[in-house]
Amino acid sequence: MKFRSFSVLSGAAVLALLATSCGGGGDETASSEEPADGTMVIWADPNRTDVLIPYAEKFGDAHGVTVEVESVPNEDLQDNFVTAHQAGSPPDLVVGAHDWTGNLVRNGAVDPIQLPQETADGFEQVALDAVTFDGQLYGVPYAMENLVLFRNTDLAPDAPESIEDLVEQGRKLKDDGKVEEILSLQVGSEGDAYHIYPLYTSAGGYLFGRDGEGSLDPSDLGVGTDSSIEAFEKIAELGEKGEGVLKRSIDSQNAGPLFHEGRTAFLISGPWAIADMKEAGIPYEISPVPGFADGEEARPFIGVQAFFVASGGANKLLAQEFVTNYVADPQLAVALYQADPRPPALTSALDAVAESNPDLAKIVEAGANGDPLPAIPEMAAVWGPFGQAEAAVIAGEDVAEAVKAAGAAISEQIGG
Amino acid sequence: MARNAAAGAPERAPAPTSRVRGAPSASVAGLALKIGALGLASALAIWAAVPLVGAANWIGVGIVAAVTALVFYVYLSPRHVPLKYLLPGTLLLIAFQILPVLYTVSTSVTNFGDGHRGDKEQAIAAIEAYSVVRSPDSPSYTLTVAADGDPATGDLVFLLTAADGTVYAGDAEGLTELDADDVAVDPSGKVTEAEDYTVLTTAEINERGNEIADFAVPTGDGTGIRSSGLSMAYEGRATRTYQEDCDCVVDSATGVEYVADDAAGAFVSADGQRLLQGWQVGVGFDNFLRFVTDPTTASSFLSILTWNIGFAAGTTLLVFALGLGLALLMHTRTPLRGRTLYRILLVLPYAMPSFAMLLLWRDMFNTDFGLINRVLGLDVNWLGNAWTARGSILLVNTWLGFPYMFLVATGALQSIPRELGQAARIDGAGAWQAFRHVTLPLLMVAMTPILVSTFAFNFNNFNAVWLTTAGGPFRPDNPLAGATDLLITYTFRLAFGGQGAQYGFASAVSVLIFLIVALLSVVSLRQSRSLEEVNR
Repeated sequence: MKFRSFSVLSGAAVLALLATSCGGGGDETASSEEPADGTMVIWADPNRTDVLIPYAEKFGDAHGVTVEVESVPNEDLQDNFVTAHQAGSPPDLVVGAHDWTGNLVRNGAVDPIQLPQETADGFEQVALDAVTFDGQLYGVPYAMENLVLFRNTDLAPDAPESIEDLVEQGRKLKDDGKVEEILSLQVGSEGDAYHIYPLYTSAGGYLFGRDGEGSLDPSDLGVGTDSSIEAFEKIAELGEKGEGVLKRSIDSQNAGPLFHEGRTAFLISGPWAIADMKEAGIPYEISPVPGFADGEEARPFIGVQAFFVASGGANKLLAQEFVTNYVADPQLAVALYQADPRPPALTSALDAVAESNPDLAKIVEAGANGDPLPAIPEMAAVWGPFGQAEAAVIAGEDVAEAVKAAGAAISEQIGG
Repeated sequence: MARNAAAGAPERAPAPTSRVRGAPSASVAGLALKIGALGLASALAIWAAVPLVGAANWIGVGIVAAVTALVFYVYLSPRHVPLKYLLPGTLLLIAFQILPVLYTVSTSVTNFGDGHRGDKEQAIAAIEAYSVVRSPDSPSYTLTVAADGDPATGDLVFLLTAADGTVYAGDAEGLTELDADDVAVDPSGKVTEAEDYTVLTTAEINERGNEIADFAVPTGDGTGIRSSGLSMAYEGRATRTYQEDCDCVVDSATGVEYVADDAAGAFVSADGQRLLQGWQVGVGFDNFLRFVTDPTTASSFLSILTWNIGFAAGTTLLVFALGLGLALLMHTRTPLRGRTLYRILLVLPYAMPSFAMLLLWRDMFNTDFGLINRVLGLDVNWLGNAWTARGSILLVNTWLGFPYMFLVATGALQSIPRELGQAARIDGAGAWQAFRHVTLPLLMVAMTPILVSTFAFNFNNFNAVWLTTAGGPFRPDNPLAGATDLLITYTFRLAFGGQGAQYGFASAVSVLIFLIVALLSVVSLRQSRSLEEVNR
C-alpha cells in the first residue's frame, strides 16, 4: 500500500512536470516567479542584495510600489537574466558588470537609458563610456575597478617606475632571501588575459582597433599582428625561461596569499585583494601598474558595475525612474561602497569616500588611462585563446607561433 | 564521479517488479491514502493547468488532462495491475529521459543561442528601440503623465514643462501649448493639476507602463517626444525602422538597407554587415556539418576521441581494480579487527564534495607551490605536460571513484555464497584459480552493468577535466584543443567560449557524443551478455 501511494505521488509529480515542460520553456516560471503588478524586482548578486534593500524600499515608499531585491549568484546572474528575458518574466532591473552590455543588447534584453545631461555630468566619464555601446547608454554605472600595483612598503619603500625597475628591486630582495618571488601576477596554466593586459598594452599590443566613430571594431583584431608578437616577446623575456618573473605556477588561488604572507614584495591585483592584506597586517601602498621602460604606459582594464533596465520588465517606467534619479544619488553610491569597497562611479560619492579612504584615489589614479573592458560580444572569443597564448609564451614556447595561432582561433570564432 | 552511475540507476528498470504483490487495498487507511494521493494528483494537475490556460497553451492543457485521466483510470480500475506498477516509472522515464533527449535533438537543428533567442518580431522591436537617438540640441522636458478623461482608459497625454516654464500638452496628434492659467506647476516643474486632463498617480502610470513606454508625441518627420522614467521626456527618433514591403530594416541615418535573411535569422546588408539582434530559425544539419568540417575539429577530433576513450576506459579499469582489490582484502573469512573503520576510511573520498576535491588536487599539482612537488622534492610541471597531466587526471579520478566501486564490489561479494569458493578449493583449485574461475565470473554478472555505466559517465566527466586542467595543456599552435580535452570539454569551449552561448551547436555535438556513447555501451553490454551465457 505504501508503495502504491508513493507511485501515485510520483505520477502526480510527473504530471506537473510534463505540463510545465510542454508549456514551452518559459511558462514554468510564470506561475511562481512572475512579479505581481506593482512589484518592482531587482536582481543583484548576494554581496549587494542587503545593501540595496533599504534603498529599494525607500524608493518603493516614495512611489507607492513594492520593491523586491532578489539575490542571484554572480556566476549565474547574466545567464539567468537573459533566460528570464527570453521566457518573458525578467526582473525590472539587474545589477551587473558592464562587459555584459554587448551580449545583453544582442539578446534585446535591456533598454537604452536617457540620462539628463546634468545627471550624466555627475558620473566619471570612463564609467559612462564603459556602459555605452554603439553610441547608446545601456546602464547606469555605480562602481569601477581596475588593476593596480601593490607593494609591501617594508620591503619596497619606493614605487617602481618601470617593470625593469620592479624586476631589479624584486631580484635584489630575492637574492637577499627576503622574498621567494619577484612579482605576484596571476597566470595559471591557461593564462589570464585580464591580468596580463597592462603589460601587453605597455609593450605595444592591442585587442581591437577602433572605427571612425570610436567604437571598437571587431574586424580589426590586434592579436596575431606584428605589434602583438613584439609585445609578447617582451612578456616572454619576463617568463619562465627568461627572468623568471612571470610563472604559470602563480594562479588565481595563490597570487594574493603570496603577497599577504610576505613571500613577495609586489602584487598586481585589484581592490578586491585589499581586505586580505589588511587582515594580514601587511603594510602596503598602491601605485599604477608600471610599464616597460621603453614602452607605452601600461593600461589596465576598467570594469564597471552598473544597473541595467530590462526591456521586458513589467514596471519599465519605474525602473527607468530608479536608475535615472536614484542611482545618481550619492547616498546610495556611498552605501554600496561601504558594502563592497570599490571606487564609486559617481564623482561626488567618490570624493566623499576618498577622504576617509586614501586607497581609492590611488586606485582611480592607477586606472586613469585604463581601457574599459571591451563590451562587444566578440570579446568572449578573446579570453581563452589569448590566455593560452600568454601561458605558452611565459612557458618559453615559440612566441610568433603561439600568438598567430591565438589570432587565428579568435578570428575563426568571431567569424563563425 | 561514479555517484552519477548510482543516480542513473532508475533509468535501467523500475524496481517494483520484484516486489511481492500485496493484498488489494482493503483497509480504510489504505483507501484514505489512495483517495488522498489521487486528490493530490488532481490538485497538481490543476496547479499545472492554470498557467497553461492563461498562456492559451491548449496542447499543454490537453496533455495534462490526458495524463490525469490515465492516472485515475489505472488506479481506480481493479484491472491493469502491472500498469499500476509501470505507470509511474514510465511517466518519469518520459519526463526525465525522453523529453530532454527530444528537446536536445530538436534544438540541434536550430541556431538557438545568444543573439538568436527570440522570434523575428522581438528582434525587430529591439532593433527599432535601440536605434532611438536623442535629437541633437533638442530640449528635455519635465514630464507629467496625464490622461484625457478616465485615468485607466483615457487617451494618454504627456504634460511637458520646458526649461522656461511653458507647459505643453502632447498627445497622439502633436504638441499644443497650454495656457499658464489652466495648469498648476510645482517647483520641480511637475504639473500637479491641469484643466481637461487627469494627472495620473504613480500606481496608475505603472498600470499603463508599457503603453507609456511605447508612446511618443509626434513632433515632425519621424521624431517624437518619449518618456524616460516618470518625470523626464526627450525628443528623439528611431533611425532604424522595419519595412514590410522589402522585409528589411532601413537605417535612415546611413541609408543602408538590412535585408532579412530567414535562413540565418539575421538582417544583413548588401556588404555583409549583420545587425546584432537576430532570431531563432531552423538550420537543418548545419550545426552537425559545422562540427564535422571545423578545421580544428578535423585535425584534433581523433586525438581527443582516443584520449576520451582512454580516459573513460582507464578510469573504469583503475577504479574497478582498486575497488575490487580492496573489497577482497576486507572480505575476509575471519573478522578483521577494525574492519568497519577501514571501510569508513576507504569510503571517505566518496563522501567529500568532488568539486572541492578536484580544485584541491589541482593546487597540489602546482609546480612551485604544490604539495606533491614539495614533498617529493621534485620540480615537475604536472599539469603543464601532456602525459603527466593525463596521468594526474587519471590518478585524481581514480581516487574519487574507487570508493563507489569498493562499495558495490563489497555488496556483490557478500551475495556470493562462500561455499562455492570453498568447493573449488576442495576440488584442488588454488586461491587465484578459485577467484578467477568461480568468484570473478559470478561477480561480473553484477558488476558489468555498473562498469558500463561508469564508463559512460566518465566519458562525459566534465568536472574532472574542467576543474583540474580545463582541457590543457595546449600546444602553442592550437589554443582550441588541449591534451586532456574530452569531447564534452572541447565542445563546451567551442559552443560557449567564442560567441556566447550557442545552444543549437552544443546540442548538435551532444547528439553526436550521445551516439558515440550509445554505440560503445551497446557493444560492451553485448559483450557482457555473452559473458553471462558462457558462465551459465
